[in-house]
Formats: sequence, structure tokens, C-alpha cells
Amino acid sequence: MTDAQISQMTPEGSEIPISERGPAPTRVVVSYGFWLFILSDIILFAALFAAYAVLSGQTAGGPSGHQLFDRGHVLIETACLLLSSFTCGMFSLAIDQRSARYTYVFGAITFALGLGFIGLELSEFTEMIAHGNGPQRSAFLSAFFALVGMHGTHVTLGLAWLLGMLAQVATLGFTPRVVGRLRCFSLFWHALDVVWIGVFTIVYLGAH
Amino acid sequence: MSVISSLQVGVLDPQGPVAAAERTILLNATVIMLAVIIPVILLTLAFAWWFRAGNAKAKRSPDFAYSGPVEVVVWAIPMLIVLFLGGIAWIGSHDLDPPKRILAKHSPIDVQVVSLDWKWLFIYPALGVASVNKLVVPAGAPLRLQLTSATVMNSFFVPQLGSQIYTMAGMSTRLNLLADKPGVYPGLSAQFSGQGFSDMRFNVQALPEGQFNQWVATAKRNPAQLTAATYAQLAKPGLQATPLEFGAIGQGVFDAIVDARPLPVSASATESAASPADDASTSDHSAMAM
Amino acid sequence: MSSSVLLGKLDWSAIPLNEPLPLISAAVVVAVIAAILGLVTYKRAWPYFWKEWITSVDHKRVGVMYVVLALVMLLRGFADALMMRSQLAMAAGTAHGYLPPDHYNQIFSAHGTIMIFFVAMTFMVGLMNFVVPLQIGARDVAFPVLNSVSFWLTASGALLLNMSLVIGEFARTGWLVYPPLSELAYSPGVGVDYYLWSLQISGVGTLLSGVNLTTTILKLRAPGMGYSRMPIFTWTALASNLLIIAAFPILTATLGMLLLDRYLGFHFFTNDGGGNAMMYINLIWAWGHPEVYILILPAFGVFSEVIATFSGKALFGYRSMVIATMGICILSFMVWLHHFFTMGAGADVNGFFGIMTMIIAIPTGVKVFNWLFTLYGGTVRFNTPLLWAIGFMITFVIGGMTGVLMAVPPADFVLHNSLFLVAHFHNVVIGGVVFGAFAGYTYWFPKAFGFTLDERLGKASFWCWLIGFYLAFMPLYLLGLMGATRRMQHYPETGWQPMMIVALVGALVIFAGILLTIAQLVVSIRTRDQRRDHSGDPWQGRTLEWSTRSPPPEYNFARLPQIKGLDAWHQAREEGRKTLEAAPYDPAEKLHVPRGSATGFVAAFFSVAMGFALVWHIWWLAIIGLVGIVATGLVHAWRTVHDIEVIPEDTDLARLIGPSPP
Repeated sequence: MTDAQISQMTPEGSEIPISERGPAPTRVVVSYGFWLFILSDIILFAALFAAYAVLSGQTAGGPSGHQLFDRGHVLIETACLLLSSFTCGMFSLAIDQRSARYTYVFGAITFALGLGFIGLELSEFTEMIAHGNGPQRSAFLSAFFALVGMHGTHVTLGLAWLLGMLAQVATLGFTPRVVGRLRCFSLFWHALDVVWIGVFTIVYLGAH
Repeated sequence: MSVISSLQVGVLDPQGPVAAAERTILLNATVIMLAVIIPVILLTLAFAWWFRAGNAKAKRSPDFAYSGPVEVVVWAIPMLIVLFLGGIAWIGSHDLDPPKRILAKHSPIDVQVVSLDWKWLFIYPALGVASVNKLVVPAGAPLRLQLTSATVMNSFFVPQLGSQIYTMAGMSTRLNLLADKPGVYPGLSAQFSGQGFSDMRFNVQALPEGQFNQWVATAKRNPAQLTAATYAQLAKPGLQATPLEFGAIGQGVFDAIVDARPLPVSASATESAASPADDASTSDHSAMAM
Repeated sequence: MSSSVLLGKLDWSAIPLNEPLPLISAAVVVAVIAAILGLVTYKRAWPYFWKEWITSVDHKRVGVMYVVLALVMLLRGFADALMMRSQLAMAAGTAHGYLPPDHYNQIFSAHGTIMIFFVAMTFMVGLMNFVVPLQIGARDVAFPVLNSVSFWLTASGALLLNMSLVIGEFARTGWLVYPPLSELAYSPGVGVDYYLWSLQISGVGTLLSGVNLTTTILKLRAPGMGYSRMPIFTWTALASNLLIIAAFPILTATLGMLLLDRYLGFHFFTNDGGGNAMMYINLIWAWGHPEVYILILPAFGVFSEVIATFSGKALFGYRSMVIATMGICILSFMVWLHHFFTMGAGADVNGFFGIMTMIIAIPTGVKVFNWLFTLYGGTVRFNTPLLWAIGFMITFVIGGMTGVLMAVPPADFVLHNSLFLVAHFHNVVIGGVVFGAFAGYTYWFPKAFGFTLDERLGKASFWCWLIGFYLAFMPLYLLGLMGATRRMQHYPETGWQPMMIVALVGALVIFAGILLTIAQLVVSIRTRDQRRDHSGDPWQGRTLEWSTRSPPPEYNFARLPQIKGLDAWHQAREEGRKTLEAAPYDPAEKLHVPRGSATGFVAAFFSVAMGFALVWHIWWLAIIGLVGIVATGLVHAWRTVHDIEVIPEDTDLARLIGPSPP
């Protein structure tokens, strides 16, 4: 029996229930708090999804999603983001190994893929706006730009965060705090992937 | 305004079947709950006082912190009340659903209601007349209302006749009311709508059949017409101190307002100016909750 | 309004020079602030305030600051209430009172916003912040610096809202800014923008605080404190903070959509372009109804603690209470439609939501019965906190009854938006949340400061609030039944006036209660030496916070206690020892407390600048504000010293016995 296991036993030898084992270590507390934050963030998206569902038919005489969306374009976008989730996983493994070199490499690849995603999204947005189909055109487009734009804003924030974390690794090294933040970042990045799958399915595949 | 200068008892003084049924529900539900609330209040005071620290006669039971039977009772009492009131709520919601027709001997009358900044427009499509801040109806006749707003949200409410309903731009809601007896019943907007909100008052004048027909005939002689031009004037934000009447109305005025389309330029004085309220398109515009 | 690059929409016309009332009130506020700042400077207390309060990340200090903010905002919100009541006492028949609609409409909007967000909410968050870590045997919250950030963001929102008093205007739309009235087409001024940015900024603070406290409760409980041993106030705090996590993002999203409509011409809720105002009303109440329970659940927790303590008994039916609390927590998300039965949803939908609403009354009713049986067989001491609790039990059941009444859709069809509704929610908010706040304030004050509050003035304040409440709101129930609607600025029915005057008298009596609260605080501070509590446990409390000295040391507990049952401190006292048992500990491990941080204060400073700039379209300043916030975050991220080692004092060590280190 390891020390950790022993400390989870009562003197009589029965196991102490998890809820009675006292304060969790900082590592767990930080991840747990960040999980809760992500949950709240997903509720924010849920509200925007709800708005999109209500307004998706309100084109006010303007174009519908079916007429506007280029699925090929979006597919490449999706591929970028999903791939970045994979490289983010490699990034986490590199951190677990405390390998600064691979941390930078996979961090950089993740950043590039995320940047590609944002670039593709912006090109889609600017083209729509250039053709007079901006968010002011109809309630449907308002909801579209808000939902997809909110996801894009999150990805952009994620990219800024990633840059900041690479700088932290470079200056502070793998201190427990830095590692904790890196873990939170990867949670955040994967969560954005999950949200995007919702966006892709409901907004783009569901366009009518 | 002299009619309403004295004490008004509104909801407690129903003048139609809807309001009467709603008052009955109100009173019944109150009595049922008071049967529990009053004992709880008295017991709170009694327990707190009897078990005060200085009372030597009180028998203390400091370990009385759980009792199965008591728990069953304290869950059961509210459950039973809610079961009972839930029944009232469910049946009442269906019986008094605002779009539900009222059956009466008298033939019904259709009125289309538009809330404006800060006045009420009442259109009588079948009669070819309209009025502002004054709703004249025959007493005893079911009142079939179709409502919308040309501006922000308002709520159409005549306390003595019962149920209120929101008016919202781009859609129409429905309400059925009935005034039993001739009389004047004050109405208002119950949803805050801005600067002139407090003055969005109107009177419902319920007249005996003969007098109502007389009123229609007089109104029809009124040279004012409800057309695009007069409506544009009316729709400007502002108060309307004295009620107005229009002797003629354009065709499909209400639907045009709902759809935010321009109003007809000229008025047609024919009596079959518009379809009855219940045939108007509802699929696109009916109010809904998501 | 024209717009310049330098000042956006801001110019001299924003200062209401022609309206004496806001200027006078603003002058009073500015004078008070100047006097306080002057006094602090005169006493050379700046270093003390900066170090011990402004940059403090100690949950107890943060909690106290929340409560102080709530009390200050109560004065502002109550000034609004007095103005409204006096206006309505005058404006009958042909009289139109002294407040023109454009001013009156701002006042009721500000009153609702301030009272809900910056008084009720802030007070409850403050109590939870102060009490929860102490009750669960933790040294602080999970994220102390974040806690300070949360507080300062809340304060920023409050400051921004109050700036609208003198610079520009506040919303004239009601406290939930229903569109289309709140859209640019009908509210072109900056009032709605003040509302939106103020709540967005403070909303972020609230959300972060919710995450923080939830994590604290779920992950930092002392060894042995399983869920069935958690004090009931902590349970209600957990439910409340879970609701914050689940509901506040909806508020942020909804207000965000309205901001997009107003700033960038989107069509979420506009009358044109296919917008749907009903969606706003659904979304805002999907947040708004849980919000009601965010406020009332911690108050239920306070009453549970107070009634148990002052009856000298354990809370009756603890398990039932926990089930009821969590039941309310879940059900609160399934009733939002009862706020708009009159929107034409149809009989089935209305019936369903009516019944769901009533179902919430079941766990609430269970709670009332359990409090009743807690009193039964106890030894009841009538200290001020218990008076608030008894006043609550009597008042709240009436408010609950009128609430269930309005849950019957056909009854709501005639009561919706009437003064009956106004009376109902004041009945539950004052009788529930405010009474709970004051009960908690007098109950935990000696824990926070080491001396008790004056009982005589406290009781006088209670009686003023209780009598004032009934005088002010019972007439409104009647007026609502007579057809009086809310938010009217004048009314032709002269017959309503006598009851409006009674309501004004009631408000004045409540005002006396507020003044007595202030007097109580002043008198108690001046006589603090006679009212010191050296035991740390002036009320014979039952939960862990009473095992520490008062005020508690910054580390709360010199050793983490080992919890072996519910009401652990009461148990220890019953067993004849005034000490808790310590959990096994490593003697080599040093005790650390989090280092203070200016992050929250500085971030809040930039947030106010950004919010103000966005309200007035001063884009360069908005960018500076944003950059400032980011820079503050970066500076914090590169901080390397997070904790300070402290050596626990012997008196604190003596409060825990054994076990010897392994």
C-alpha cells in the first residue's frame, strides 16, 4: 500500500469517503475551478445557440444560410481546428514530460492552426459583409455573426493566451503555477473544439 | 374623467364573466392558502413565545431534531395544497385562455386594437369605423379582440372586465371579453412603454344595443378617415387628451400595421371592410413563447 | 447628439444643470466621499487602507467590503424609493407631482437595478464570502486574488451606475430594460448603455465569485466534513453559487445581444429586420428567475443558522432542508415563463408553468415547517438576529401566498404588472432577503469585529422595518386589486391617494429603521470596549466559525480541524471542551496565507474607464481601458511570490487539540 492509500483509511481500516478526505491539492482545485468556468462558458454559448435557433428563419427578405455558406471553406476551417486539438494534446504530453523544446514546437503548430482557422473565418465574414450580408441585414445574420463571432473571439483569446503561456514557459519555466495554467489552457482549447462541432452541425450542416 | 374620480375597486368589482371567474379563482385560492398560512403564523408566534428562555413551564426537548412522522406531514401539507391549486391553475388556464370564445346570446363584435405611443387605436373592421382612447361596445355582446402594437410593448387591460394581454409589434394576440351591463369601465396599459405611459388611459363604454347602433351611425358621419396620412399623424409619439373617432377606415389597416406595410391611401366606407378577426392569418404572427 | 473623437457623445449637456435633484444628491455623495477621503488622509490611514483592505485578498476582508458596499448602495436605492413614494402620494387626480416622467422613469429603473444587483446580491455574496470558508474549516477561498477581482468588478459596476446620476442619464425602461423600448429606436440616450455596461462588468465579477465559492465548498472542506456534515448555510451558499454559474452566463449573453443591437445595428430584439423581443423576455427571465433564488437561498441559510442557534437546538429535519434547498435550486430553472403568462403562450404552456411554479412552493413550505419545529422544544433567546428570523417567517409566508396566487395563470391575468405584483416581490425580497441580510449582519458582526452590536438599537431598527414594511406594502396589494398598475407616474383616481400616502408613511418608517441601523453601528463602535467578545462565541453557535477567536486570524484555523459530525463546534461544547480536534498534520509543513494583491483594484479602475468610455463612445479611452486590464492581468501572471509564511499564534493553536503529528 502506498502512503496516499494509507492516508485514505480510517484507523479501523475502512476507507474514508472521498467527500471526507479534506482539502484537495491545489492542482485539483485549479482544474476544478476552471472546469466550472468552462461550464459557465458553455451556457453562454447555449444562450447564443438558442437565439440562433429562434432567429435562423428570420431572414427579413435577405439570403438564407443555405445560399450563403460555402461548406468546402468551412470544412477546411473545421479541419484546422480539430487538428489543432490533436496538436494541443501533444503539447500537453510535452508539458508532462517537461520538454521545453516539444512544448514550443507543438505550441507553435497549435497556434498556426488556430490562426489559420481565424483567418478562414475572417475571410468568410468579410466576404459576406462585402456583399451586403452583414449582421445588420437580418435577425438571422445577427444571430449567425454573434454565435460564430463569439466562438471566433474565444479562439482569438485562446491564441493570445497560448502566446502568453509560451512566454511564461520561457521566462518562468515549468513552475507548478505555470503548469496549472497550461492545463487550464488545454481544457479551454478542447472545449472550443466541442463548441465548434455544435456550430458546424447546427449552423453549417443545418442550414436551410 | 369625472366618472373615475371616486374610489375604483377594479379587479374586485367584476363587470363581466371573465373578470368574475378570475375573481372567484383569486378568492378561492386565497382562502385555501390562508387555511395553512394563518395557523403557521400563529404557531410561529406561539412556539417562539412559549419556548422563550425565561418560561419555566416550557418543557424543553433540545434533541428533537428529527421525526419521521413530522417530516411526512410537513411534505404532505404543501403537496396536497399544490395538488389542489394545480388543478385550479390547469383548469383555469384552459377555461379562461384569452383566445377562447365567450358564448352569449348576443352576437359578437370584432375590434382590432393597436397600441401607439401613447394612445390606443380601436378599429371596428366590420363596421367601418375606428376610435382612439375610447372603446365603445354593446353591453352583453362577446368582445373579440385582436391586438398588436405599432411601437413598443404594451398590455391591454380593463380591470373590471378581466384578463389583460400584451400587444407586440409584428404579431397579433387575441383576447375575448364581455361587459355584462352598460357602464363605463376604465382601461389602461399595464406594461411600461415610456414617457407617456401613465396617460395611456381609455374608457370602455358599454352601451345598450340601441344606443350602440346610434353611436356607430353617428361615428360613420364623422368626416375623419383612418388612412395612411391620418395614421401617420396618429402614430407620432404624443398624448391624445380627448378621444377621437374616424367615420371611415382603409381596407386591411390592422394587417398592414402588423406586417409593418404602408397603410391604404384612401378609406373605403363599405361595411365588409375586413375579414372577421378569427380568419386573419395567425400562423406567422401569433404570439408564442419559446 | 454629435460625436467627437476626443469626447465621443459627451458634452456639457450631459450634466443635468437644469435638474436640481440629481445635482443635489450627487453633491451630497461627493461631499460624503470627500469627507471620508479627507478623514483618511488626515488620520494618515492610507497605508492601512491600502494594505489591509483595498489590496487584501483575505476572504473575511473581501466579505466585509461587499457588505459595506451593499449598505452604501442601500442608501442610494432607498433615496430612489422615497422619491417614488412621495411622487405617487402627490400625483393623484389632475396633479402630476414633482417628478416629471423622464426623471421618474429613471428613478424606478435605477431603484430596481441597484436594489437587486448592488444591495441584495452584493450583501448575500458578502455574507457567503465571509462565512463559508470559516464554516467549512478552510483557510481561505479557492482563488483569493480572483475573489478580490470579483469584489472590485462589482464595485466598478456600482460606481459606473452612480456616475449616470450626474453625467448623462440612467435607463428609463424599468430594471430589466425590455426591448423594443430599450432599443436605440426608442431609447437613443446613454441611459440603457450605462445599465448594460454596469451590469456586464459587475456580472463578470459575480460569475467569477460563483465559480470561486463553488470550488471552495466542493474542494476545500476540512477533513471529515462530508456532505451530510456541511452546515446548512454552506449548503444554501452552494446552491446559490451553482445557480450563479448556470444563470449569469445567460444574463451576459442576453445583455450582450442587446449591446450588439444598440452599438452595431444587429437585429436580435428590434421591431424590424426580423428581430424578436419575446426572445429577450424569455432569456432575461431564464436568468431572472434563478436570480430570485440566488438571493433567497442564502437568506434561508442565515435563518436556519439563526433559528437553530437561538433556540439552542439543532436544525429540525436537516436532511429535508438539504433536499428542499437543492430541489429549489433545480426547479428554479423551470418556472421562468410565469413572468409573462400574459404574452399569449396558450393554455397548456401557461398551465404547465403555473403548476411548476407551485411545485417550488412545496420545498419552501417544508422549510417553513422545519423552522417552526426547530423552535419547538427549544430555549428561545430573543436576540436581534432571532427577531429578524421570526419577522421573516411571518412576513415571508404572506409573500409566498401571494406568489402562489399569481402562479395561477387566470389570477395573474388580472394581477400581472399591477401594484399587487410590486407588493408581492417586495414582500419576499424585503421580508426574505433584506431581513436575512440584517439577521446575518447582526449574527456574524461580532465574529468579524470582535464586539457585538447594540441590541436595543438593533431591535428598534427591526421593528421599524417590520412595521414600515406592512404600512408600505399592504396598501399596494389593495391598490393592485383595484387596478393600479406599476410604473405609473400619476393616476386620475383620487380614491387611491389615501393608500398611497399610507405607503409613503411606511417608507418613512423603514427609513427610520435604516437610520437606526447606522446609529447602531456608530454607537456600537464607540462603546466597543464594553461590548468586546473574548470567547469568539457570543451566541453559543453550533458551527465551526464560532470556534475561532473574533475577529478570526487571517489563517482562520491554526490547524485544520477534524470533523466528526454535524454541528461540530456545538458537539465540542457539549462534551465540555472548548476546543476542536485537529486533523493529522505534518509538523514540518509551514502555514501560508495568500499575499495581498492590487490586481483587483487596478483592473477595476481600468474597467470603470472602459465602461465609461463605451457608454459615451470615447473609443480611444475604451482601448486604453482594455489594454490596462490586459496589462494588469499580465503583471499578475508574472508574479512569483504568492504566499506569505505565518506562524500561528498560541491562542489559536490552543483552540485545537491533538492528534499528535504522525
